[in-house]
Amino acid sequence: MSAETLTMILVVLTFGAYIYIGWWAKAKDTSSFFVAGKGIPAVANGAAIAADWMSAASFISMAGLIAFMGYDGTIYLMGWTGGYVLLALLLAPYLRKFGRYTVPDFVGDRYYSNGVRAVAAIATIFISLTYVAGQMRGVGIVFSRYLQVDIIVGVLIGMAIVAFFAVMGGMKGITWTQVIQYFVLIIAYLIPAVAIALQLTGNPIPQLALTFSDIAQRLSDLQLELGLKEYLAPFQDLSAINVFAVTLALMVGTAGLPHVITRFYTVKSVRAARYSALWAIVFIGLLYTTAPAIGVFAKYNLINSFHNQTLDQVRTEAWVPKWESTGLLQLEDKNGDGTLQLTPDAATNEVIIDKDIIVLSTPEVAQLSPFIIALVAAGGLAAALSTASGLLLAMSSAVSHDFYYRILKPNATEQQRLRVSRIMIFLSVLVAGYFGIYPPGFVGEVVAFAFGLAAASLFPAIFLGIFDKRMNREGAVSGILIGLIFTFVMILLMRSPQIFGTEEPILSSFLGINAQGVGVVGMILNFVVAYIVSRATAAPPAEIQQMVEDIRTPELADSPGQAS
Amino acid sequence: MDDRQTRDLTEKQKIYWKKNTRLIQGLMVIWALVSYVAAIVLAVPFHNISFFGLPLAFWFAQQGSILVFIVLIWYYAKRMDTLDKEFGAREVILSDQSTGKEVSH
Repeated sequence: MSAETLTMILVVLTFGAYIYIGWWAKAKDTSSFFVAGKGIPAVANGAAIAADWMSAASFISMAGLIAFMGYDGTIYLMGWTGGYVLLALLLAPYLRKFGRYTVPDFVGDRYYSNGVRAVAAIATIFISLTYVAGQMRGVGIVFSRYLQVDIIVGVLIGMAIVAFFAVMGGMKGITWTQVIQYFVLIIAYLIPAVAIALQLTGNPIPQLALTFSDIAQRLSDLQLELGLKEYLAPFQDLSAINVFAVTLALMVGTAGLPHVITRFYTVKSVRAARYSALWAIVFIGLLYTTAPAIGVFAKYNLINSFHNQTLDQVRTEAWVPKWESTGLLQLEDKNGDGTLQLTPDAATNEVIIDKDIIVLSTPEVAQLSPFIIALVAAGGLAAALSTASGLLLAMSSAVSHDFYYRILKPNATEQQRLRVSRIMIFLSVLVAGYFGIYPPGFVGEVVAFAFGLAAASLFPAIFLGIFDKRMNREGAVSGILIGLIFTFVMILLMRSPQIFGTEEPILSSFLGINAQGVGVVGMILNFVVAYIVSRATAAPPAEIQQMVEDIRTPELADSPGQAS
Repeated sequence: MDDRQTRDLTEKQKIYWKKNTRLIQGLMVIWALVSYVAAIVLAVPFHNISFFGLPLAFWFAQQGSILVFIVLIWYYAKRMDTLDKEFGAREVILSDQSTGKEVSH
């Protein structure tokens, strides 16, 4: 059977499972709609967080980015996993103890202000919208490559599926769908990685194959030979200060992402919140420690399949013309010697490989069976769809719960709130689909924006809300505004070619820190301003200080050892 | 901190919170040492130290730090379990009402 037919079968099977689960776990009240009835077991929540968090970008693009950046690719690896330490230790248990529905719920109540609630809700919508546009695009690309349909048709199919299980099931349906999607995506990621590790090094475990063989050194030497950069050496693409700043921004940004934080409201207890953070990083770590191995293996294989090979020979491989037709792979014998050369110079380089094809093409390059190629396609779709549905829910709850219910109409009934939520999800799907079909040129750039924004606005407000009892409304508001405005303006200035169409960026960097890392400066400003302003103004009301203490400490039995 | 207006925490709750924050501080120091110091600040000197097939800096950056993160979160969850047991903590979620308007204890 061809890879295309197998893909079709696997996609239909997995999608059928997602839809069935969405229907099976359908939500009847607001608690199960927004926070899955607060009854999700820690392991399942961990898997759901992992699927929610690992998007098409993690699955399809990340190993490719690392393969091209070498050591400097660590900004994604450490940045996107280290944030879970912050989440687990600093936020998750306390937010669970607080126990509501959304991030604006916490920030709005802690700072006794609907203004702060509204700012947090707007930040949530902005961050989620940015992300979801990229996810829908990812779905469209995978469909168009493997099912040979138009990219628009691909996006429309994705929209229909997401809308169905999100509108029906709410958080409960999405959680259980995401658990299944995690297993689909991780199996799809690991099988080709294991096969290639075995092929190249004789060791089937990719993580061990990377550490305990000389394959990375061989790739690094090969790259040096071709005049490319030394793969294993630090700071080839990014300066040390940027690696530092971007890693920190991605970590703090991760800890401030509303759709991930919301997941900690869905478990039974504070203890379960701690363990679901543990399960989440175990599940995520499985993919994130495999990615650098895939990066090395895939790059090594790709260089060897093109460099000094004849063009005709290369094109006899079935996958080569297929990727050439997408434009993501470009081969041209510029010097007419009949063979291809990889060089660092654009004028003489004869092979251009888009980073996005690294993971998707890996099984074909390594000549694995068509079943595995189909599996990778299903995995990429699972990654994109699970993240898209989590984001849609975060967006719609920001509007229906935080704006409609908490601010506009506090006496709305359960039924009214559910109806508004479902309408909002439906509208969000339409907006997401629109951006998937007509992607704004700057979507990729704006991901940096989403993280910077989360790092500079939501994270400090939540962190101080828990650990600084004296922090008040005035401090939080001025901190959020400073962090937000600074980061916003900096990114606009540094990304002006993509956003305003200027020829050169208006500002190339801030003290040597680029747009992806500048959220860290916004975060520091937020902390400093919040501290100073809060100390210059009145302490928060007694009941708020009481709330902070209740969030921090459990009720304790009178004498030690009397656990109940 | 302005403690005067609030219902006093018991001595035990104060000790519990102190132990909790001390644990967090210790783990955050390790987090920073592994990710920022070992993988970034010392990346250049560590590049020349070999860790099996890889330079030590590269190993920390792309494999080791993630493994340490997992261990940190595992240790935190375990320690907090012990602490909860020692102090006889009871799980009370502040607001399980869907209205979410009142903080009850």
